[in-house]
Amino acid sequence: MTFHEPHIDYAGVAPIIALTVGLVVVLFTAVIKPLKRTAPFLTLVTLAATAGLLIWHWDEKLELITGALQLDNLAIAISLIAILMAAVCVLLSIGEPATEEAGSGEYHALLIGSVLGMVLLAQASNLVTFFVAIETLSIPLYILCATNLRREGSLESGLKYLIVGSLGSATLLYGMAFLYGGTGSTDFAGIATGIVHKGLLSDPLILIGIAMAAVGLAFKTSIAPFHQWTPDVYQGAPTPITAFMAVATKAAAFAVFLRFFLVALGPQVDQWAPALAVLAAISIVVGNVGALGQDSLKRLLGYSGVAQAGYMLGGIVVASESGTSSLIFYLAAYAFMNLAAFAVVVARERETIFGDDIRAIQGLGASKPLLAWPLTISMLALAGLPVTAGFIGKLYLIEALVEGDYTWLAVFIAVGSMISLAYYLRVVAAMWMRPGGEKVPGGTPAIAGAAPEADPIDPAASRRWYLVGPAALAAAATVFFGIIPQPLVDFASHAGASLF
Amino acid sequence: MINVLLWLPLAFGLVGLFLPKKAVGWWATLGTIATLGVAIGMAFGFDSGNSGLQYTVDTPWISGLGVDYSLGIDGLNLFLLLLTAVLWTGATAFAAFREQERPQLFFFLMLLAETATLGAFLAQDLLLFVLFFDFMLVPFYFLFGAWGSDRTDGGPTASAATLKMMIYTLIGSLLMLVAAIATAIISAHGGHITFSIAELQHQGLPLGSQRWIFWFFAVAFLVKMPAFLVHGWMPDAYRAAPLPVLAVFSGVLAKVGAYGFLRVVLPLFPQATAQFQEVVLVIALASILYGSVMAFTQTNVRLIAGYSSVAQLGFITAGIFALRADGSDGAILQMVNHGLVVAPIMIIVAILFERTGTEDLGKMGGMAMRAPVLAALFLIVALATLAMPGSANFIGEFYILNGLFNSKIVFALIAISGVAMSAYYALRLYQGTMHNRKPDGVMSREISLRDGIVLAPLVLCIVGLALYPQLILHRTDPSVQQTVAKVTGADSPETELASGNTTGVAIGSGKLVSSSEPKE
Repeated sequence: MTFHEPHIDYAGVAPIIALTVGLVVVLFTAVIKPLKRTAPFLTLVTLAATAGLLIWHWDEKLELITGALQLDNLAIAISLIAILMAAVCVLLSIGEPATEEAGSGEYHALLIGSVLGMVLLAQASNLVTFFVAIETLSIPLYILCATNLRREGSLESGLKYLIVGSLGSATLLYGMAFLYGGTGSTDFAGIATGIVHKGLLSDPLILIGIAMAAVGLAFKTSIAPFHQWTPDVYQGAPTPITAFMAVATKAAAFAVFLRFFLVALGPQVDQWAPALAVLAAISIVVGNVGALGQDSLKRLLGYSGVAQAGYMLGGIVVASESGTSSLIFYLAAYAFMNLAAFAVVVARERETIFGDDIRAIQGLGASKPLLAWPLTISMLALAGLPVTAGFIGKLYLIEALVEGDYTWLAVFIAVGSMISLAYYLRVVAAMWMRPGGEKVPGGTPAIAGAAPEADPIDPAASRRWYLVGPAALAAAATVFFGIIPQPLVDFASHAGASLF
Repeated sequence: MINVLLWLPLAFGLVGLFLPKKAVGWWATLGTIATLGVAIGMAFGFDSGNSGLQYTVDTPWISGLGVDYSLGIDGLNLFLLLLTAVLWTGATAFAAFREQERPQLFFFLMLLAETATLGAFLAQDLLLFVLFFDFMLVPFYFLFGAWGSDRTDGGPTASAATLKMMIYTLIGSLLMLVAAIATAIISAHGGHITFSIAELQHQGLPLGSQRWIFWFFAVAFLVKMPAFLVHGWMPDAYRAAPLPVLAVFSGVLAKVGAYGFLRVVLPLFPQATAQFQEVVLVIALASILYGSVMAFTQTNVRLIAGYSSVAQLGFITAGIFALRADGSDGAILQMVNHGLVVAPIMIIVAILFERTGTEDLGKMGGMAMRAPVLAALFLIVALATLAMPGSANFIGEFYILNGLFNSKIVFALIAISGVAMSAYYALRLYQGTMHNRKPDGVMSREISLRDGIVLAPLVLCIVGLALYPQLILHRTDPSVQQTVAKVTGADSPETELASGNTTGVAIGSGKLVSSSEPKE
């Protein structure tokens, strides 16, 4: 028996190699004293190089490593979103206690590791790479959530995420086993042909496999009713990591969600589409209702993320090119909207004693308009009001849904957005419509999310370029793509077309 | 030119953000005056015999989604644009005479609101219309919430009241977004998707889709007006709003809803319109009766004006849903009339509040004693409100009732009672504030010259229109004819609706009129 070395397209895997090398280098800075301060910078360099290599492959369609990975526009688009989020996460992490406590080198190496998982996941077109990638993505995040060592909430968050995430992974793996058992293939395309050729269209084995895989992915994308971990983990994790998780994990998981369901399970669209539509509807309702009474901004954004995931799932339900494009558009818009919000939350967390409580932003409109505007724009965009990318994103999604005969889900999105106004506008009202500077009588306030460590650690946080800059830029992008959406629409439709 | 009209206010507002506090009010007023100038210039250049769109602009905006940046002016929106420009000038000037907190932001939002409102009137692309329609609310949300006054009697705070308003109005708006997209996609029959209102008219929709889409749009418009049953946001929001802002809000924004019926619903969903004519008429009549009765009993002067608006908008809706050209002509005239009376009332309320410190009718009175000019101006406004013969409001109501009599006589008979009731609440408002016994400790003061400059031109507009209502009727009629013909040309409710292409002759019991007879 002879073994043929598989042909490896080194140009195609260059982004992955770049990330891996970067990871190793950044990890080394942790042990070499003089280089300790360079970790954030080296991380940014790594991310920039990866982004560059990915853009170099734009509009190509490469099968890498004997078809285990597929580098196409969809993968590139999603990877770019993840890299953007990671880069901003690095900026927001400057001065974050978590990076000091866990060690800057380790913290950033883990972050790169997670990005590596995401880039792999976005390309995965084989059950094995799919699973390996999702674990590569998750394990660093379990640790990162718990890096705020002195805060109980952070450790709890990490542990909770580990347990729930493992459960999700296990379910996913079990589902994969069923699919492999039924079709005899781990390859996405092979599964699709296996289903058709073996006449397994309504085989219970396959259906169970699909259901379990869907549940596993729903855990990762925090779709209700598999979202319970989201608010707690979001609240407990260091805020820059929350920002990263909220968007990048969701983006990567949605990428494989798309590829897996549209390519591997494409023949069975009639079976899974209605089920996913119901999940989307549940998610919209649960997320929006759950967010209503939240005082912690991170929890609020967590629940809002559940609802938004419900909207985005609509893009998969219709299983069409416009659906895929609209999902990618929405993810990109979602990245900008969340970036603006989280950057402001980070700034206020460091500046005030209120942590991420809604009181931290009271009266911000009068006192710190530079922070108030990005958060305002972000909230209005998340609510889907016009002249923001959020509106165009909803328009795109609803158009895809109506085209795909899922008008009822479009109505759900509309009703969900209406409910969401109540909590998004509450944040806006707190900033603009209430007198700020409420003095709290001595001692630390007993409020959610504000442990004793939540004392202001950087009273000048609202003037730091690495916080205000990303917030302002993200808000500007949100408005820009609300007025001139064409570039982002082109980007999304190119990415969406690569699957079809 | 049309782009200038739309974006000029916003441009002034953006520059105003960087001006010193003292100058920004004047700068904003200048912006509204310039906009008014552009609007008047365009009205002069308007070809009144033409029923089509003029000054059109049409470029692709989001080509992948079929959305165009398409604007145009015709008889339906010409005078509503003028109304917008006039009222904004008055309200902005009135606000500029007074100290505002954070004036840069206040005037920026005012001007942003003007651009958004003009956009809603100008848009000829369904999605662009929805976009501006929704966006209008955003600046008002901030203006009401941040500059409004919290109630002292334990009622909801300004921000709570505005939140309620936002949720109410966006229920309709977001469903309207879905409906607009559905309209385009179903009309496209799998082909190229377009949101152009003109093209959608040609494509036509199957009746089954028209029915639900009609209601999605109708609810959005009725909430905005507000009509009876969906007016729940109005009392709290009106109490919270700062008065100059309320003047334009009440004067113009309510009209966007009524205008939406003419621009979108009648031409795009003609069969559904014919089918649901009576349901909407019932809502309209309920609004007239409910609004009038509530206006009798309220003691807060803002709410008297607010509920009277509910009644007036009921009239306007009834006029449109008479589905005859004269009814809709009257409706457009009446939209302008009502805007021109309700905005001065709000400004007068603000002036009175400065003198008496209250908005409670029971605690006011005797204001006319030393203020003959103010009283005279208010009297003209009040008489116009009650549609005194000789006022343009009388002619508007006459047209509306004439249309209604010819199509649905029963509804017309009930609607007439609204005319009588309007006399009561308008006079009650006037007497309660101007006459009666003057409470102790309140000074009657003449209107200041500055406020006079704001108020007098608005009143002059009322007088001018009273003298020459043909100015509007003459220009709106061709477009109205065309719009109404879309419905009357479609199947009447009695005929087999599903068949789709047999031409109906009559609507209800009414006759098909080809032109509205010149009156007076």
